[in-house]
Amino acid sequence: MTDTTLTRRTLLAGIAALPGAGLLAHAIAPTVAFAQGAKVVTAVAASEVPVLLSFVNTSSTIWSAKHTEGLLEFDYELNAKPLLATEWQVSEDGLTYTFKLRQGVKWHDGEDFDAEDVLFSLRTSQKLHPRNRSTFAQITEFLAPDPHTVVLKLAHPTQFLLRALSAGETPIVPSHLYKEGDDPLTHPNNTAPIGTGPYVFKEWVRGSHIIFDRNPNYWDPTLPQIDRLVIRTITDAAARTIAFETGDVDLGNRTPVPYRDLEALEKLPHIRIEPRGYTYSPPNIVIVEANLRDGDLAKLPVRQAIAHLIDREALAKIVFYNRALPSAAPVVPYHQDFHLAEPSPYAYDVAAAEALLEQAGYPRGANGVRLSLTLDFTSDGQRIVGEFLRAALARAGIAIELRGQDMGTLIARIYGDQAYQLHLASISNLYDPQVGVQRLYWSKNIIKGVAFSNGTGYSNPEVDTLLETAALSADHAERVRLWHEIQRIVAREVPSFPLVAAEWLTIANTRITGDTPNGEGAYDGSLRELQIV
Amino acid sequence: MTRSSFANLRRLLLQAAITVVGVIVVSFFMLHLMPGDAVDALAGLSGSASAESMAALRQSYGLNDPLLLQLARYAGGVLTLDFGWSVSTSAPVFQIIMERLPSTLVLMLTAFVIALVAGIGLGWVMAVYADRWPDRLLSSIVLLLYSAPGFWVGLMAIVVFAAQWRILPLGGAETIGAGLQGFEWLIDRIRHLILPASALAAFFVAIYARLTRASMLEVLHQDYIRTARAKGIHPLRLQFVHGLRNALIPVITMAGMHFGNLLGGAVVVETVFNWPGLGRLTMSALGARDISVLLGILLMTSVLVVVSNIIIDVLIRRLDPRIDA
Repeated sequence: MTDTTLTRRTLLAGIAALPGAGLLAHAIAPTVAFAQGAKVVTAVAASEVPVLLSFVNTSSTIWSAKHTEGLLEFDYELNAKPLLATEWQVSEDGLTYTFKLRQGVKWHDGEDFDAEDVLFSLRTSQKLHPRNRSTFAQITEFLAPDPHTVVLKLAHPTQFLLRALSAGETPIVPSHLYKEGDDPLTHPNNTAPIGTGPYVFKEWVRGSHIIFDRNPNYWDPTLPQIDRLVIRTITDAAARTIAFETGDVDLGNRTPVPYRDLEALEKLPHIRIEPRGYTYSPPNIVIVEANLRDGDLAKLPVRQAIAHLIDREALAKIVFYNRALPSAAPVVPYHQDFHLAEPSPYAYDVAAAEALLEQAGYPRGANGVRLSLTLDFTSDGQRIVGEFLRAALARAGIAIELRGQDMGTLIARIYGDQAYQLHLASISNLYDPQVGVQRLYWSKNIIKGVAFSNGTGYSNPEVDTLLETAALSADHAERVRLWHEIQRIVAREVPSFPLVAAEWLTIANTRITGDTPNGEGAYDGSLRELQIV
Repeated sequence: MTRSSFANLRRLLLQAAITVVGVIVVSFFMLHLMPGDAVDALAGLSGSASAESMAALRQSYGLNDPLLLQLARYAGGVLTLDFGWSVSTSAPVFQIIMERLPSTLVLMLTAFVIALVAGIGLGWVMAVYADRWPDRLLSSIVLLLYSAPGFWVGLMAIVVFAAQWRILPLGGAETIGAGLQGFEWLIDRIRHLILPASALAAFFVAIYARLTRASMLEVLHQDYIRTARAKGIHPLRLQFVHGLRNALIPVITMAGMHFGNLLGGAVVVETVFNWPGLGRLTMSALGARDISVLLGILLMTSVLVVVSNIIIDVLIRRLDPRIDA
C-alpha cells in the first residue's frame, strides 16, 4: 500500500491483502528442482529428533545408520556380518580383536575412509557415549598397524563387544572433520552428518522433514536403488495412521501407529506389516518399578501381593490387542537365550494377595482400601497400561493414583528426587542384557539424577556378583546360565514387575521392498536395499 | 503525523519495551521452575544415560551455571540479537524461530482473514434476516462452530477432505521433496493451507458472526438509520455504509485481542495438521525443556501481540475519529 493516509474504506482490503504478503515473505522457494519420475520413498517419524547422528548424543538413533555406518551389521539371528569391516578375528582368550577394513570407501565429502577414522570414533565413543563408556571399559589399546587394519587389546574379555559395533550404537565418523578441541557433543557433524552410508544428508527443516539423497559413490555400486529418502515428521498418531491409509508415507518403524489402528490398516491391500527386523534392539520391556526406599514398598509381602495381582496375558490382550509378549522376566523373549521363560513365582491369585496384605498389617479400611500408592508414567500410550493396573490392584484393595507427566518431570521425580512409589516405564534391553538390563539391578548403578539407572534402589550382593561375573565371562553358555540365575532371584524378590514386551512392527506400503533385510531392520539398519517395485 | 500522536507512539513503545522485558524476566524464572532440565529430557529420549555423559552434556550446554548468570548471559545475548542455542534441535534459536515464524504467520493471518470475512458476512446476513429462517439456520451452524473444539474440527476436516475424498493434502505445509517451482509451488502451498486455516478460523468465525449480528441489530435501530431510510437510500447502501461500518468497531476491538489467542489455537491445529509452525515448536520445546527456545518464542510473541495491539488502536481511531486517547 503506497497510500500513506490509510482510509477507512481500504481497511478491510488491507487486511485481506496480508496473507498474500505473508506467502510472498515465505517465497524463498525450494532451491533444487528434482527430476520428475525420480524414485522417492517417504518414511515417517513420530517425533522430532535433536540430532541426526547417534555418535555421542544418543537421543536419536533412528536415522543415523542411513548416512553413517558402523564396522558390522547383524542378521536376523544376531550374527555379525561385514559392513565397514570385511573380516574380523577374536583371539582365543577374547582379549585381542583384529578388524580388516573395507578398501576404497569414501566419505560423502570425497575424503578416503581409513583406520584413523575408526580409532578416533572408538576412542571418542569410549569417552563420551553413555553406554560404550562401560561396554568399551576393558579396551586398553586402540592400534592401527596399517591404514586398513584395526586392533583392539582388552584387559578382560567383553563377550558382547562385537555387538556394540553396529552403525547405530558405534557409528564411524570422519576424523578429519573433528578438529583438536572441538566438542563432539555439539559438533556440526551431529546435525549435517558426513558419513560413508548409502544416503547423503541433503536438508533438515526442523519440525517438517529431512531429505537424504542417494550416495552416487557408495562402496557397493549397485546400491542404493532409490534416488531420495524423505523423512516426514508427523507428531499426531491419528494423522500417521491416515498418512499410511492415503499412501502419503511409505514406511514407518517401531509400530508408528496406535495398536488399535493396526487391524484396520492390515486389511488394506497396499499395506504390509513386517514383524522382523527387531532382533538387534528388541522391543522394550514394559515394567513397573517399586521405590524400595518407600515404607510400604520396602516390605516384601506388599510387593509379592502386587505381583499376585498382575495378569500379564490379560494385559497383552486388552491393552495391546494381543500385540505384546507377556514376560515376567526383565530380559524380553526376543533375547531367546538370555530370556528366562518361566512364569512369575507369584501366579495371578487375588486371594493370595489379600492374605499377604492382611498378614502384613494392611486390613481393608472403611472404603475397602488397604493401601494407597502412586504410579508415575509419561506418555498417553502408558496411561492405558496404568488404568489396567489400577483396576487390577483395586481387586485386593490397593488404590492407585495415576500421575501422568512429561519426560523431564518424570526423570527429575524418579531419578533425581526419588519421590515416587511405583514407576511405570518402558525400558530398552538393547543388544545384550549386560547393556540394557544390568543397569536396573546393579547396586553400583544406584546413581541419583541419572535416567534409567537403578531407580528402585535394589541392592543384593549376590546379584551384584552374578552380574559382574557375567560381564567379564568369555563363555556364552556360562553367561546365559548366570543371567537365568539373576532373573530367578529378582523374580523372587520383586524390586520391579516386568509386564510385557509390546511388539515393534514396521509398516510399509507394498510398493516398496528391502526395508528389512536383516535383524537391524528399518530402525537400526541402513535401508540401503530399499526398492520401489 | 501530529505532535500528540507522536507522543502517543513514544508512550506506546515505552510501554511495549517494559512489557517485553517483564515477559523475559518472569518467564525465565517460571520456566526454570519446571522439574527436570534439557539433559534429563535428552536422556529420556535416549533411553539410557550415565552420570558422566549427563555431566558432559550439562557442561557443553552451560546448564551448570547459577540461574542469575544464565539470565545475565541470555539478556546480554538478546541485546546483540543472539537468542541462544537450542539443545533439542541443535541449532541457533534465532534460526529455529525464523524457520517457523513465516509458516505460523501465514497460517494465523489466513485464519484471521477467513474468520473476519466469514464472521462479518454471516453476521450481516443474520442481522438482516433476524429471527427469520436464514438467521435460525446460520445461528445453529455458528453455535456448532463455537462449541466444537479445534482439534476435533481439524481431525474431521482431515477425515472428510483428505482421507475420504482426497481432494486436499492431509498435513504439512508443502509437498516435501517434490521441488515445485513458481505457480505450481504457490498452488501447492495454498492447497496445504486451506484445511488448517479453516480449522483454526472456525471458532473465531462463530464469535465474529455473533458479535456482528448483535452490533448490526443495535445500529440498525438507531435514529440516523431511520432518517437515512426515510431519505430513500438503497437498503444495501444503508446496511453497508451506514450500518456495517459502525457495527464493526466492537468486532475489530475483539479481533485485536484475539490475535494473541490465535497463536494458542495454532498449537492444537499445527499438531493435528503437522504444520511446521511455532505452536508445535513451543510444545516440543516444552517437552524438551529447551528454555532458550521457549524464551525466544515468548519474547517474539509478546512483541507480536504488542505490535498488533498498536495497529488495532490506530485502526479503531480511523474507523471512528471520535475515539481518542
